[in-house]
Amino acid sequence: MGPDLEKGTENPVDRLNLDVDIACVGFGPAMGGFLTTLAREMEQASGEPHVQSTVLPGMPLQVVCYERADDVNFGVSGLVTEARAIRNTFPDMNPSEIPLAHPVSEERIVYLLDPHGASRRSLGLRIADSAIRGLRWVLPYRRSALELPFIPPFLKKHGGLVMSIGQFMQWVSNQVSSSGMVQIWPGTPVGEPILEGKQVVGVRIADQGVQKDGTPDVGYMPGMDVRARLTVVGDGPVGAVGQRLDEQFGLPEGHHQHDWAVGMKVVVSLPDHCDLVPGTVLHTLGYPEPEIFGFLYVHPERIASLGIFVPSTLASPVRTVYRYLQHWMLHPYLWHHLEGGTLRSWGAKTLQESGRLGEPYLAGDGYARIGEGSGSTNVLTGSGVDEAWMTGVLLAEGVIDLLKKGEPFTQANLEAAYTNRRRKSWVETGSRKAQHARDGFRKGFVTGVLGMAVSGLTRGALNLKTRSAHPREGIPDLNQYYRDRISSEELQRIREECAKNAIPLHDALMTRAGWPEIPLDGKLLISQQDALLLGGKVQAAPGFADHVMFVDPAVCEQCGTRLCIEACSAQAIAPSPSGGTPEFDREKCIHCGACIWNCTQPRPGDRERGNIRFYAGAGGLHSAEN
Amino acid sequence: MESGYHIVVCGSLVPDPLQTLEPDVGPKGPALKNEMVLPSVLDPWAAHALYEAAHLAKEYAGSKVWLVSVGPKQRLQQLMMTVAQKAPFSFVPVDGSASGFCDPFETATALANAIGAIPDLDRSRLLLFGGYASASRDAGVTLQVVGEMLGITEVFLAVDSLSVSENGEISLLERVEGGNYLFSECDCPPLVVGWATGHLPEPPNNPQIGMANMRSIMPALQKAPQVQVGAEGVSFAKVELPQQQRTTRIVKDVPVEQIAGEIVAWIRG
Repeated sequence: MGPDLEKGTENPVDRLNLDVDIACVGFGPAMGGFLTTLAREMEQASGEPHVQSTVLPGMPLQVVCYERADDVNFGVSGLVTEARAIRNTFPDMNPSEIPLAHPVSEERIVYLLDPHGASRRSLGLRIADSAIRGLRWVLPYRRSALELPFIPPFLKKHGGLVMSIGQFMQWVSNQVSSSGMVQIWPGTPVGEPILEGKQVVGVRIADQGVQKDGTPDVGYMPGMDVRARLTVVGDGPVGAVGQRLDEQFGLPEGHHQHDWAVGMKVVVSLPDHCDLVPGTVLHTLGYPEPEIFGFLYVHPERIASLGIFVPSTLASPVRTVYRYLQHWMLHPYLWHHLEGGTLRSWGAKTLQESGRLGEPYLAGDGYARIGEGSGSTNVLTGSGVDEAWMTGVLLAEGVIDLLKKGEPFTQANLEAAYTNRRRKSWVETGSRKAQHARDGFRKGFVTGVLGMAVSGLTRGALNLKTRSAHPREGIPDLNQYYRDRISSEELQRIREECAKNAIPLHDALMTRAGWPEIPLDGKLLISQQDALLLGGKVQAAPGFADHVMFVDPAVCEQCGTRLCIEACSAQAIAPSPSGGTPEFDREKCIHCGACIWNCTQPRPGDRERGNIRFYAGAGGLHSAEN
Repeated sequence: MESGYHIVVCGSLVPDPLQTLEPDVGPKGPALKNEMVLPSVLDPWAAHALYEAAHLAKEYAGSKVWLVSVGPKQRLQQLMMTVAQKAPFSFVPVDGSASGFCDPFETATALANAIGAIPDLDRSRLLLFGGYASASRDAGVTLQVVGEMLGITEVFLAVDSLSVSENGEISLLERVEGGNYLFSECDCPPLVVGWATGHLPEPPNNPQIGMANMRSIMPALQKAPQVQVGAEGVSFAKVELPQQQRTTRIVKDVPVEQIAGEIVAWIRG
């Protein structure tokens, strides 16, 4: 049952309680840093008074971590990292012990030109493209792409690591769990924080044995209340607990969470002819739309991770990702390396791109926030994993201090022990320099690139600042967006046809707008539904409620854009045959959370949020290679 | 006299369903390509056995459940994170290969030794559970050999139901050909029960059970003995997966008759 549905019921559910010292939500890099640091201290001081449990006197501190995904290695990230904080935690770390990890060996940034003329490029960009083509004999130009002759220092990853987040987190979980000091429980979505006044006193596990709408079914087990002295929230940018805290406490003055992106990736077995060496890091910009960035990282054993980021600044009412990903792979510069390759894995996630400006309150009575959901991502360097890890380490250090002093986890104590530490750290210094680096993208690609360069080269001293606005504000309607390519009559016909077949619009519209059909090869170029099964191995255990809910159906009824359908990474949100509120299929959902910020309709009474609520749900990706 | 059953469930990990499996022949014999990268789950057949064991133990006071697993220690540790919230049990890990290319006799020996070393195990109350099949190998063979090594003569395979009468008689339904069941009655333990799917759904995750289980799981893992259960000396002429032809179409609420009709049409070509 969703948290809101239970409020006000005449017979509140009788829930079991579990008392622990520290309850953690979400097992990502930030929680890896937190638990590793904490467990080491507990191991060293096992039996010492300062780390003894208060809920089980005489026992070590009782620390549990609940993760929504079905295993600890089902995360997604296109991951190249300087690994500064990670290496600091594991100074003897040998990348060869972590499957798919490799030191960065070579870096390139490539500007991709449009070989089809189908992307939406400004006049300035078209002129620049023509100039590049005209000067191709003297420029480092290959296969419709310009290899930039230098890499700005703020984008360099040399000395870093290429990794799979799934394999890295699996390795971390083994390190942490083998200490016996910490329990990590995947497949256990946390529904919401338990609040008493302004104090967080623990978390409530999602109900199990319920129907899609949350009503009790066979094997009903109300989610347990896990009561804790400290709740550590690291459930990512779209996590249920983080969202509820934001709704409850709001954001600090001047902060906003208006900038987002979907990162979608594939893991590929490279073909025999591919000569990319392990550790190669390749970043692209300019195609399939100028605002879409891409990455290709080469792992050992002829495996590569590659994908694109589709940002909320791409003002398209059919902001799909999967088809764009395929066009990107098919760009001659990349296809040269990929042709003949085989898809091994696929996945997507939402990225919180507001960085430090999206930072919520980091600590309150009984809780602290770490990781991407706490605004730790450096939006200039495009680095998040290492920063997230560091926030976890900083919190653990603060928590250890408080435990040693025997002080409670009040807001004041946590701010002194954690927030202040974070303010003095390189995470803060870096994210402050970066906080306006991407503002320019709200005014277009060229302005965005210039703004990023200015922020980066002046280390944040100069910035091209622009006003932030909710992503919905930049979305034109279909007629406006396609006014120069598709007539309104034809648009209407396509709309009716897609509605009749209950399919999204984007494929039909992109084809009509000049994008070539994807030549499916059954290996790397496969249908989106095949990507779910062959790549993501998407599964959803029964017994959980739908975690995507449309708050007010009347609002959906009058929505003309239905961007939630177009942007859904897994086609889990589909048009309703009746034309009303879209339909959600939990069995396809990969929990990327893109629907939250792609909803173009404000929630009644709360304009900062859309009409979609995203609860915690089990299931999703079952690939450990992403 | 003490009451209840001592239920020992044999089961280990297999690759998570839907994973792409590629057999490969390495220096140590056949294996799955990138096996360490593949996520794993408790073998679904063994999982049914575990759920049935937990259900039975809950009904009969004084009962106790052990899960005995042969598998790589680190992988078993991770597996426990996904299993230990499901049902109360004591974990008896044995550090060895869980590959589909293990020798059933060697695996059975390791399991029987591990079971034999369980302190306070009362063989007069022993129900030896496992999956009668497996997602990685024919567990029915292994389970029968374990039973034989432990001197248990009553063996039931492909069981879907086990019930106990008031006088303690155990009734079982074994799947036989033609969609029928063979009904058997047994006076008392010890028995070997190779489960088919049973009738119980997967239990929900219970954090209390998980916490209690984990307190004994980690020490058990630290003490897990190492065994060799590979097929040493056996040469495999060929290792391959059945050829698959995949055509995906995701549809909802299609009548069974229509699905069957489409499959028949596809088979007929």
